[in-house]
Amino acid sequence: MTVETPAKPAGTHPTNGATHGAPHKSGLDARIPAGPLAEKWTRFKADMKLVNPTNKRKFRILVVGTGLAGGSAAASLAELGYEVDSFCYQDSARRAHSIAAQGGINAAKNYQNDGDSVWRLFYDTIKGGDFRAREANVYRLAEVSRNIIDQCVAQGVPFAREYGGQLDNRSFGGAQVSRTFYCRGQTGQQLTLGAYQALSRQVNAGRVRMHSRCVFQDLVVIDGKARGIITRDLVTGKLERHAADVVVLATGGYGPVFYLSTNAMGCNVSATFRAHRRGALFANPCFTQIHPTCIPVSGDHQSKLTLMSESLRNDGRIWVPLKKGDHRRPEEIPDNERDYFLERKYPSFGNLAPRDISSRAAKEACDDGRGVGESGLAVYLDFRDAINRLGRDTIAKRYGNLFDMYAHITAEDPYRSPMRIYPAVHYCMGGLWVDYHLMTNIPGLFALGEANFSDHGANRLGASALMQGLADGYFVAPYTITNYLASNKLQPVKTDHDAFKEAEANSRERIDRLLRVRGRKSPNQFHRELGKIIWDKCGMARSRQGLEEALRRLPELRQEFWENVSVPGSGESFNMALDHATRVADFLEFGELMCHDALQRDESCGAHFRVEHQYEDGEAKRNDDQYAYVSAWGYQGEGKAPTLNAEPLVYENVHLAVRSYK
Amino acid sequence: MNFTLHVWRQKDRNSPGKMEAIPAKNILPDMSFLEMLDIVNDDLMAQGKAPISFDHDCREGICGSCSLVINGRPHGPTRGTTCQTYMRHFKDGEAIYIEPWRAKAFPVICDLVTDRSAFDRIIQSGGYVSVNTGGAVDGNTLPIGKDTAELAMDTSACIGCGACVAACKNASAMLFVAAKVSHLGLLPQGQPERSSRALAMVNTMDKEGFGNCTNQYECEAVCPKEISADWISRLNRDYIAAAGSPGE
Repeated sequence: MTVETPAKPAGTHPTNGATHGAPHKSGLDARIPAGPLAEKWTRFKADMKLVNPTNKRKFRILVVGTGLAGGSAAASLAELGYEVDSFCYQDSARRAHSIAAQGGINAAKNYQNDGDSVWRLFYDTIKGGDFRAREANVYRLAEVSRNIIDQCVAQGVPFAREYGGQLDNRSFGGAQVSRTFYCRGQTGQQLTLGAYQALSRQVNAGRVRMHSRCVFQDLVVIDGKARGIITRDLVTGKLERHAADVVVLATGGYGPVFYLSTNAMGCNVSATFRAHRRGALFANPCFTQIHPTCIPVSGDHQSKLTLMSESLRNDGRIWVPLKKGDHRRPEEIPDNERDYFLERKYPSFGNLAPRDISSRAAKEACDDGRGVGESGLAVYLDFRDAINRLGRDTIAKRYGNLFDMYAHITAEDPYRSPMRIYPAVHYCMGGLWVDYHLMTNIPGLFALGEANFSDHGANRLGASALMQGLADGYFVAPYTITNYLASNKLQPVKTDHDAFKEAEANSRERIDRLLRVRGRKSPNQFHRELGKIIWDKCGMARSRQGLEEALRRLPELRQEFWENVSVPGSGESFNMALDHATRVADFLEFGELMCHDALQRDESCGAHFRVEHQYEDGEAKRNDDQYAYVSAWGYQGEGKAPTLNAEPLVYENVHLAVRSYK
Repeated sequence: MNFTLHVWRQKDRNSPGKMEAIPAKNILPDMSFLEMLDIVNDDLMAQGKAPISFDHDCREGICGSCSLVINGRPHGPTRGTTCQTYMRHFKDGEAIYIEPWRAKAFPVICDLVTDRSAFDRIIQSGGYVSVNTGGAVDGNTLPIGKDTAELAMDTSACIGCGACVAACKNASAMLFVAAKVSHLGLLPQGQPERSSRALAMVNTMDKEGFGNCTNQYECEAVCPKEISADWISRLNRDYIAAAGSPGE
């Protein structure tokens, strides 16, 4: 592993043999506006260049992905007057995976009069991310959070209300104020539909051309700028060229690199990784979040894990038996023989400790032999006390659909006996490196939402993903993209340019290569094997030894894939297997990048837990002197070690503290 | 558990389709219906055969992608989506018939995959509040009673799967349209366009080839989000009021 342009090479690290960058002069400019933190965004907006209303229609913008970030960006950009093309792999823009978010969306409204403010939301987010996010981006996020709620209300999003008609709030992990707005347990669905409806309005107005069942294949870079994309029509197999002035990737996270995750089956890394192959830096790929409250795995056949919203932790208490191997039914275990381990270890946050901490605590309890259920890989989430205190009806009103979902999947009644839960992969903090403008290092290529790395550091707080997706799409990208278009003289490009021909040929060759193998193992079987390696070696706990082993096994698996994958059918028709195989092929390469990143970051921070670096009580031990930077990786070719660019994280407003929730 | 699947196979939109018998072996009761199909597809692919194509994505009952008619019933024997149907609800050795949504407005693309873009076009014709990004007033400026908010949420819970259409002998999209028209029509934000929305969405529904409602309530019976057919009455009221109002 080599480091690009460090001022002073830090030399060989004593434990992993890799070099790591001195945290300055990386050559990466985050373009953070000058001035005090609270004024940066205002100053940016005051200083930005504008595009005349009548000139906006001369610019074409391609937005890939129709979730909260992509849908809101495409709609807002079209409202401004730009010509927009919107792409999604699903059959309808409304089905993007943002739809599955359950719990809520944070905003610093302080409607509860409980001491919330933009500063506090900013600080909670920075601290929750274990001081590995950029101050300026996070502050802006907290600032625009308030506008998001207003915008969504105006669209008709049916947020929960109090009896007086005011907006209701609930609490979420990592915060001591109630700032989470919600629509029962379907907040993501309602916000996504709001963005989808805004997008539909622009389709009707003729300002957005919608391309559904259409999947990103490659980025076209001309004269160093992103100028188009190649897509594949999933119904006809046809490869298509699209030229534009700006390309926006809002393609979500890469959770299914673990095979089992709470993500949708189609979630993938292909768009961001293929942009990475074209030169876009990939930042902090090893920062992946394991959500503490999911329904445990029931067997090898399982294809996905189902999340139980974190909001359940408002009223549910998490526990395991005090004694190892206690196989009594949960109701038969008296209180003094139960270990409410989150309440015991983190008295001030209790069951609402942040996700990474809660997940690890559950894993520890299970590793200690006190896990419950058949597999021993589960802990209880118990509503007994809340039902006694508030009554069954109140609990049903708050969480009815989640309880039904649990009962439906497990055939058990959570009103009578506690839920069994276990952590599962849920969200990716890592993503394409972007600057303050949300632009990647390739000019004209922007990344929004979960597809970028920018706001959550090493761990995301609950109800902040929806906030970030909509902040990026409604309130940030429309400004920064306008500024880009107004500050660059872009020459017109046509789709017969050599760069388009090359990118299309490249896409075709990759598809043909998959079809030529004619092996004996389904893409799903390879995916499962990949997921097992990544989960075991680069999951909730990581070690040098495990990561090195993964980096030995992944190239072998990749080789076997290209020799023995079975992709029946042709590239000219609807072909589910081909579609899956292309995603798995990208995951196989990306998995290595994740492990490189996890190995190089020889500290623990947030969700990245290196077993070598922990305090005596098992808490993550950061190394701010050596690792207070963003790791932005450059692609060097298949099977080749990536190069590291370090963007130093400068904290001018917060004090880097040991993150404590005790 | 072992089953004999009878699956609709159709190469593409223009080819004729037919039922094909395919065995499903060594299935566990805790598998979801789609996980059962995954196993069957793995076997088919190991033999170099084309897997059964079906739409699916979130596998937790919210995206609305999955859309199988199982033994004649959209989404299968239990209330909920196809992806939340479990094999424990079937008898070992049973023959299971799997078909796509059947409706003129939802043409088959491949096997069990249909084109439901007609639903998108219905929303595009008016299923929104016309408000641009930016400049919205504070969310608490407009109080909305808890009961109203709850009713709006009941209707906007629609996942757009199309089971209502597949269950209806007229292939009517009335429940889908009623849910969106009512969601926005219940809220103060949706009032200015309440009439034009109802008219435009119903007209688009007709144009797309969906049938009309003859009060069979099959839609309500299969709706995975339990949206009540009562909303269709409300849609009818809104539509009649709009059609009869001056200027429309």
